[in-house]
Amino acid sequence: MNSLATSYLGLDLAHPIVPGASPLADDLDKVLLLEDAGASAIVMRSIFEEQIALEQLAAHRHLDTHADAEATGALYDTDVFALGLDTYLEQLRRIRSRTSLKVIASLNGVTRGGWVDYARRIQEAGADALEINLYAVVTDPARTCESVEREELAVVRDVASAVTLPLAVKLSPFYSALPHFVRGLHEAGARAAVLFNRVYQSDIDPLRLEAVRHLHLSTPDELLLRLRWLAILSPNANLQLAVSGGVHAPFDAVKAIMAGATVVQVVSTLLRNGPGQLRTLIEGLRRFLEEQEYPSLDVMRGNMNLARSPDPTAYERSDYMQLLQSWHGKFGA
Amino acid sequence: MTWQTLDGNEAVARVAHRASEVIAIYPITPSSGMGELSDEWSSKGKTNVWGDVPLVVEMQSEAGAAGALHGALAGGALATTFTASQGLLLMIPDMYKIAGELTPFVMHVAARTLATHALSIFGDHADVMACRQTGFALLGSASVQEAQDLAAIAHAATIESRIPFLHFFDGFRTSHEVAKIEVLTDDVLRGMLSSDAIAAHRARSLSPDHPTIRGTAHNPDTYFQAREAVNPFYDACPRLVRAAMDRFATLTGRRYGLFDYAGHPEADRVIVVMGSAAEAAHETVDWMVARGERVGLLKVRLYRPFDVAAFLESLPRTTGRIAVLDRTKEPGSVGDPLWLDVVAAFAEARRRGMRAGQPEPIVVAARYGLSSKEFTPAMVKAIFDDLAKSEPRSHYTVGIQDDVTHRSLPYDLDFDVEPADVVRAVFFGLGSDGTVGSNKNTIKIIGEDTALFAQGYFVYDSRKSGSTTVSHLRFGPRPIRSTYLVREASFVGCHHPQFLERYDVLELAGRGATLLLNAPWKPEDVWDHLPSEVQASILEKQIRLVVIDASAVAEEAGLGRTLGTVMQACFFALSGVLPNGEALQAIKRAIKKTYGKRGDVVVSRNFVAVDLAVQRMSYVPIPAVVTATRRRPPVLADLGRKPPSFVERVTAAMIAGKGDLLPVSAFPIDGTWPVGTAEWEKRSTALELPSWDPAICIQCNKCALICPHAAIRTQVFDPARLAGAPAGFLSMTYKAKDHAGQGYVVQVAPDDCTGCGLCVAFCPAKDKSNPRHKAIDMVDATPRKAIERERFQFVSALPATDRRTVHLDVKGSQLLEPLFEFSGACAGCGETPYVKLLSQLFGDRAIVANATGCSSIYGGNLPTTPWRTNAEGRGPAWANSLFEDNAEFGLGLRLAVDAQRATAERLLRQLGARVGDDLVSAILGAAQDDDVAIEAQRVRVAALREKLRSVEGADAAGLSRLADALVTKSVWIVGGDGWAYDIGFGGLDHVLSIGANVNILVLDTEVYSNTGGQQSKATPTGAAAKFAAAGKEVPKKDLGLLATTYGHVYVARVAMGAKDKQTIDAFREAESWHGPSLIIAYSHCIAHGYDLAHGADQQRLAVESGVWPLFRYDPRRSQRGEPPMVLDSTVTASKGRVSEYMRNEGRFRVVELQDPKRFERLVRSSELQAEQRLSFYQQLAGIKVPASGEVE
Repeated sequence: MNSLATSYLGLDLAHPIVPGASPLADDLDKVLLLEDAGASAIVMRSIFEEQIALEQLAAHRHLDTHADAEATGALYDTDVFALGLDTYLEQLRRIRSRTSLKVIASLNGVTRGGWVDYARRIQEAGADALEINLYAVVTDPARTCESVEREELAVVRDVASAVTLPLAVKLSPFYSALPHFVRGLHEAGARAAVLFNRVYQSDIDPLRLEAVRHLHLSTPDELLLRLRWLAILSPNANLQLAVSGGVHAPFDAVKAIMAGATVVQVVSTLLRNGPGQLRTLIEGLRRFLEEQEYPSLDVMRGNMNLARSPDPTAYERSDYMQLLQSWHGKFGA
Repeated sequence: MTWQTLDGNEAVARVAHRASEVIAIYPITPSSGMGELSDEWSSKGKTNVWGDVPLVVEMQSEAGAAGALHGALAGGALATTFTASQGLLLMIPDMYKIAGELTPFVMHVAARTLATHALSIFGDHADVMACRQTGFALLGSASVQEAQDLAAIAHAATIESRIPFLHFFDGFRTSHEVAKIEVLTDDVLRGMLSSDAIAAHRARSLSPDHPTIRGTAHNPDTYFQAREAVNPFYDACPRLVRAAMDRFATLTGRRYGLFDYAGHPEADRVIVVMGSAAEAAHETVDWMVARGERVGLLKVRLYRPFDVAAFLESLPRTTGRIAVLDRTKEPGSVGDPLWLDVVAAFAEARRRGMRAGQPEPIVVAARYGLSSKEFTPAMVKAIFDDLAKSEPRSHYTVGIQDDVTHRSLPYDLDFDVEPADVVRAVFFGLGSDGTVGSNKNTIKIIGEDTALFAQGYFVYDSRKSGSTTVSHLRFGPRPIRSTYLVREASFVGCHHPQFLERYDVLELAGRGATLLLNAPWKPEDVWDHLPSEVQASILEKQIRLVVIDASAVAEEAGLGRTLGTVMQACFFALSGVLPNGEALQAIKRAIKKTYGKRGDVVVSRNFVAVDLAVQRMSYVPIPAVVTATRRRPPVLADLGRKPPSFVERVTAAMIAGKGDLLPVSAFPIDGTWPVGTAEWEKRSTALELPSWDPAICIQCNKCALICPHAAIRTQVFDPARLAGAPAGFLSMTYKAKDHAGQGYVVQVAPDDCTGCGLCVAFCPAKDKSNPRHKAIDMVDATPRKAIERERFQFVSALPATDRRTVHLDVKGSQLLEPLFEFSGACAGCGETPYVKLLSQLFGDRAIVANATGCSSIYGGNLPTTPWRTNAEGRGPAWANSLFEDNAEFGLGLRLAVDAQRATAERLLRQLGARVGDDLVSAILGAAQDDDVAIEAQRVRVAALREKLRSVEGADAAGLSRLADALVTKSVWIVGGDGWAYDIGFGGLDHVLSIGANVNILVLDTEVYSNTGGQQSKATPTGAAAKFAAAGKEVPKKDLGLLATTYGHVYVARVAMGAKDKQTIDAFREAESWHGPSLIIAYSHCIAHGYDLAHGADQQRLAVESGVWPLFRYDPRRSQRGEPPMVLDSTVTASKGRVSEYMRNEGRFRVVELQDPKRFERLVRSSELQAEQRLSFYQQLAGIKVPASGEVE
């Protein structure tokens, strides 16, 4: 029996390592290479409703709204290119027809109607599951965390009742009471939570006084935050957990599973090292299980979580205080 | 039977694309649409009737297209092309060859005016008539339906007759009219095209399997006879055309003849005409016949070969008087061409005894409709009425008032024949607000969802920014023959309230019409906002006034400023053309159909707009009398001084839209117009204006540098002047050394600013504590306009900075007066900042040759033009010759300057002692290499003239006339990349090679901007453009690098938004180099598909990513023993930057949307090209070469 076999969102996977939401899925050749490297599922990049709307409107204006006697537009009308969800859905269908991968689409909506409509269309296009990407930066001081969470749960509920696809919800780490929120997700109909979204963060150019956006690949350091929350959530969560961010080596995957992850999503290491890196991760994980004589992942999953870890305080606040003091000591402050 | 609403170009292209295998084209208005559609269809895999996808190739010029076609035809392909005007002229040499070799071929021509005293993009038959001698058959269509049908007949007849066909229809009036027509199926087309004749054509092809030779050179012994060998084919052609027409009638039920007669069967007066005028004439003839008049109309379809017998047979035997109408002018001829043919036909008939027993008719000549001048039933009536006189006039014009040679025929302006059951509507909109798109949808809805016939015609003004469009729509129970603009409209849409201030919007409204006004006012307040003229018209014509705040509705629906849908919904609700509920559903269906591909958001927001529109419109209560005391503002701006008389008499009428009423005497006789008229026309289109904060300003003057419309002025002045400044006037003390201590102001011209925001984005001065606030910010224009207007008038009256005192760096350049201002270029244009800079640095001594394109349109399109003079009356002298010949034209100007200078110098030497040897040697020896020296030379020349007053003799008088030639002149050759890289490249290359002292400025937008975004050889890899819809595969031509290979050419590649100092350095170095100079200037453009406020940012990214490296190649440096090439941009070609640059622009982004993988590959290719180019440039920058030629 395959010791790595995993069931995630009701999908039977050969192993728990899944290429996460990224542009990798945009390129069918890369998808095929990932399949060759052993992938059994893939998460497509997140569709941003807001971006689609902006782009559609920009193109609409661009195509239609310059007219003088000689020229009524600088490009052919959209007959020659598709705007919006169509390209995405077409790629989804292409992956489904050309590979045996389970396809998990990813969606980031803005409007209630948008979430539901897009989810339906993704389901119709044949996705195996849907990852809802809750990514909101609240800047309005009048909004309370209760209202933010209430709205997010309502979105999950709306989508869950609109589609039959199994739903995962990808979260940011910035919740005051994450375990409670995750419980709410389950009640709203989600079957998994993905920890965590890597929020793009602006840098500052101090000379030009400009905010600068850079895309950074993840580093293994980022895993630590995720391990903590996997460990905290996994004993009580009624849903499955996936880790996303910071898994670069087989050992990272092992740690995430020990903290409670069902699935380990990887992106940066694939972008950096190529699709073949997936095989290294899978084989490394398989070897670890063999060498450490784990009969299955189920035995390993969660063995280092808050309930089962020999030192649960390591995940709690007291430990933070100690570390902080040790840093002070180290630099003699 | 399938009815669809199409414009003429599409109707023709649908036939041509399906009947061809090879299509070679070059874009030219108004035919471009046909080539573009063909390319679009082929790129989507649409096949011809034989199941193959036609190959479409865009060439470097029409001459190139014609050559490619000749080759394709010789190779046995079925080929076609689409062209007009100058493009057709460029094809003429190949047309002789194609016809001489008896080659089946059809070209479709949207007939357009030829450039003579002026360019015009509009329609007449001058271009077609220039092809009479080529041997092509000339077949003319009068309507959209006919254009489709005769296109098919042309394709059928050419294969069988072996005579090539030029099928033409009127540019704009037919090419751009949207009409409901019955479309041709593939089966009909297949039925028209003889496969035997096609096989015969193929069998004649050049092939090594059955070789022949063509293009031999004949001598006097054989050429003549061999030329006559074609005669049987021309003799047979009319019969074969008639056979094709008969076959067409069998297949479709629509019958055409070589000549078609309409009217009274026993008419005594007949009009003979070709083209769209035949429709207006037909309508009028029907009206007159119904009223008992014996009049008729002969429509000429097959003009060449002219079948005399068919012509005569088509005329009623009773015809006694004929007016032949020509839409062209052949100066010096006995008459215009169609008239000559008709007269000759009767002479021929007499000789051959074909009209025995019939009276000899009187045949008069009339000219009408040049450059799309309206041709109306009133003119037709006047022509018939004149024919009825005892001595009818001939060789007259109709449609204008000729008060010089008195050749025009008067007509009754109020005469009208349009039936009451035709709904007529006009809509005043902006080119940027979606009005035209929605109106096209309206025509589709009514044309395709109901039994009504529909017609739409759209009048654009040719400005690029803030251009007005007037849509003319008709709906009626019969096919619509009214090929002229709507009058007596029952519905007038005024889509922006400012139109009420500028135009007589109700001029076209009939009694009891509805006026739908978009305005932000409450219904009860609307009346008080109207000028008294508008109020009076409303009362007089009993107009029903409805108001809606469409801009607010569009904003609320999330459509920004696109308000076409809102106004369309109101039109349907008010006009009653369709029942209300049905109309709204139909609009939504049309929205779904038209915009479905653009995405669900676009569709759903338009749906919201439709629903909101109907709820929000309100009737306006109308009092019984005019209450306004305010009149419509004067047409000309109040600049605090009297306008020149020409501007008052002529320009003002044109601005007011009354140019049609100007008589011949109002105009210059030779196309020579006064400069500096743009300042008199204030269009006030900006919704936001830049607002200056002196507390933050660092006086860099970059805002003025980047402003496309010279609408931000940076000025130094004597602080004592502040005493006369308006209250609240902002200024500060100038800090730089050259004018330290003087007053300094950054001032916006509020009525000339377009609100593009480039200045604000380019401003580097940020408030340290709040970087969002800059030295200039965009603010709501409404409360600022009056304040800034007063301030700008004050700043305009300040004396211009003395050129001799200015340090010519970035900052200093913007203290110089711009002699190019307030053009009609697009908001945010990337070209005009360079043109303006040229005018500032060298304008007082510049002669500019300008290639046809955007720069000739914003530079020379009437009514008002931007080139102007300084206070001394000096400024750029500007001329546009053609598109293809600009470099040569500029060289000619240089040669003229040099010749005059040489003559002046010779005369000066000859007169030597009589004017004083010191003065002579000072003048001849003057270096004239900067403003100080040039001004000194002007002083010497003035002194010379003074001395010459007392010197007797012809030489002295001659020298006095020529003396200005002794002051240096700066010759500039300006144009876009379409000219420099493509159509004019041969000339440009030759001019560079000659070594003459000319300065060439290439405004490189990397695409044909003016004609609507077709790819050029400057289009970069990865960019989508027309004819490269999937994204251009091959790299951009490196024109600069090519030019450096001569060694004696100064070359610079610049991007003002990235490195303005380098731009200024390059302009100065180029101008000071006494040989040829070439500056290639990165010019962002609306065709790039992003908000041009970010134009300078994109320029910076282009340079920093290595896509657009900056360099200067100066032959003087090799003379100094240095490498001539200097690389001015330090680039670390980081890969992410190239894709960031590309993803920011719609032209690249659409490629990613179509095919992300292909896009990635093209990005990688662009990255590689950038690295290769940089590496190459870097190595060049390290190479010293021996100095070539002593050009200086």
